[in-house]
Amino acid sequence: MHPYVAKIKKKMPAAAQFPPSGDKRYKILETAMKRHQHKPDALIEVLHTAQELFGYLENDLLLYVAHCLKLPPSRVFGVATFYHFFNLKPKGKHTCVICMGTACYVKGADKLLASIEQVAGIKAGETTADGEVSLLTARCIGACGIAPAVVFDNAVTARVLPATAVERVKGWMQHGS
Amino acid sequence: MVLNDLLEIKERERKARKGTVLRCCVAAGCLSANSQAVKDGLDKAVKEKGLEGQVEVRGVGCMGLCCQGPLVQEDPAETLYVKVNPEDAPAIVDALGKNPAPGLPTTDPHAPFFKKQMPVVLENCGRIDPERIESYIAEDGYLALHDVILEMTPKEVVENVVKSGLRGRGGAGYPTGLKWATVAKTVGERKFVICNADEGDPGAFMDRSVLESDPHRVLEGMAVAAYAVGASQGYIYVRAEYPLAISRLQAAIRQAKQYGLLGGGIFESPFNFNVEIRIGAGAFVCGEETALMSSVEGKRGSPRPRPPFPAESGLWGNPTLINNVETYANVPVIIRKGAEWFSAIGTEKSKGTKVFALAGKIRNTGLIEVPMGVPLREIVEEMGGGVPDGSEVKAVQTGGPSGGCIPAAALDIPVDYESLAKVGSIMGSGGMIVMDEDTNMVDVARFFMEFCMDESCGKCVPCRTGTVQMHQLLDKIIQKRGAAEDLERLEELCDVVKNTSLCGLGQTAPNPVLSTLRFFRHEYLELLKQRETGAQPPA
Repeated sequence: MHPYVAKIKKKMPAAAQFPPSGDKRYKILETAMKRHQHKPDALIEVLHTAQELFGYLENDLLLYVAHCLKLPPSRVFGVATFYHFFNLKPKGKHTCVICMGTACYVKGADKLLASIEQVAGIKAGETTADGEVSLLTARCIGACGIAPAVVFDNAVTARVLPATAVERVKGWMQHGS
Repeated sequence: MVLNDLLEIKERERKARKGTVLRCCVAAGCLSANSQAVKDGLDKAVKEKGLEGQVEVRGVGCMGLCCQGPLVQEDPAETLYVKVNPEDAPAIVDALGKNPAPGLPTTDPHAPFFKKQMPVVLENCGRIDPERIESYIAEDGYLALHDVILEMTPKEVVENVVKSGLRGRGGAGYPTGLKWATVAKTVGERKFVICNADEGDPGAFMDRSVLESDPHRVLEGMAVAAYAVGASQGYIYVRAEYPLAISRLQAAIRQAKQYGLLGGGIFESPFNFNVEIRIGAGAFVCGEETALMSSVEGKRGSPRPRPPFPAESGLWGNPTLINNVETYANVPVIIRKGAEWFSAIGTEKSKGTKVFALAGKIRNTGLIEVPMGVPLREIVEEMGGGVPDGSEVKAVQTGGPSGGCIPAAALDIPVDYESLAKVGSIMGSGGMIVMDEDTNMVDVARFFMEFCMDESCGKCVPCRTGTVQMHQLLDKIIQKRGAAEDLERLEELCDVVKNTSLCGLGQTAPNPVLSTLRFFRHEYLELLKQRETGAQPPA
């Protein structure tokens, strides 16, 4: 048997008992799956719920979902990695999402990104070493009328200048709150 | 729910209408400029002044002029306040019925930006409260669905849509009636209706605005379609990036079910129709219909070859009708006002109106709806107000990563499916991005190629590897390391990827390169020349 398969096989029963008792989030996830009658076609919806609850999708969580929906882990992992929206790594305490849609791009989103990358010392898609700030880019958040737009911790901000964005990120990095 | 109940709600809603309405935009654009606080402020000011009996503060959908948000409009005085701060609320309430509040910025609601529009799809946008079904019913909402179910046969509905000349608003412009007819005549035990709200084109936000401002219109359009083709289950596939649109849709579906306008036995007829929302997860390729269906089934969004078309074998192998948000939004009004009325608007081959998202280097950014065939120049210069800061229009990009850049010299073309195709672009879903003289067109081509490269699903080779190679070549040219043979290879690759890719994403990925090569070749050549002479790039 291939060592990887062996590892997965060994992990499967563990994954079935994976939810540590007392963690309410698993209960909520279970309710969500029940609402979809554990149908395999609800996989994406379930992963959305899981990510909302846990912040990101770690391997054990994916195995647990696979087990509950009676899907091969490869299928769950394949879907989770295919879609940009799912994170397999934990995000920082704060997130800064820069919209890189065409309208934002022609209005200087690339310069915005470069200035933040420089200040934070990370590239797009990365998180600072202290886990404070995640810098992400979006394809287009549909806020083209107010370009360039940046989403600071889930709040869409209109017409962002590099200086304001840098200040905001610096603030997060210094105070850590 | 029978017709009388519907009319009763309408009557009640109209009677309850107060003398003055303050409409405050609570769509995503204005919300990000703090319009919720503005609305709360207005509510508070009205209460404090004891005007609750005469003044209604209504949260409405998009009013169009997104760059000036938050917007507040006084009805019937028509004063349109722009960039409203929450602190301005008492002043606005004080000035009700009189002149506009002194010192507050307003804009002319009769300016070309508004005057030249023709609201059909957007007729309720910015007028009704998207979170209340009664507000939609007051504007004759769900009347079309009633007439269709009780007075028309499915065949008549399809004929009506065929006669209207409506074409798909998602980009390709396939005749909607023909699509409906195919699904209707395909035999299948179960049939599905899908609404494609995976508005992935960067620079487009029409569907988002429609869903946020008038969600019931889309539901009604879908229900009419379901009746026409014989489906009883519908799915709306929305991007996860549009949380507000999702929550308003969820609320709309819930309300429609409560009123018996969705679910079992609609209007006490044997017709059943249920709608479920499916949330996307950030994959551009899912805008392609076969990939979208695969995603609805909970799989990776990989496209498959067509035929068989979804109309014959779609969701779980059943006949499936897929239309775009705007296409469905056109349906209720076609039924209500008639196919002849609709086909009188627009040009010979492109009927009706089109919603565009105007953005980029232009004074008035926002949402507009114009009849097909309007000259592009009119949109950009009169409605959009031209480029700010004294610069000139260089190009207008339509169709997103599948479209092209229309040069300033071609601005006089009418905006319809055929004319845009003639200049190497496409209508697309309606994103219109204006670029000024500072924009480097080779960089724009690279931007879109990077997009397609990232978003390629990887299933077919031409798209998976071709986009990477083309991106590298463009990168090389921009960094002034390119030679003449690189340009040749780029053109050759464009040809191969365009003609051999599996789905629309790959087939159209070279379009931005081809169109910039066609109209702005000198910019490419300039970059090649700079390499030969070793000239430094201008700072």
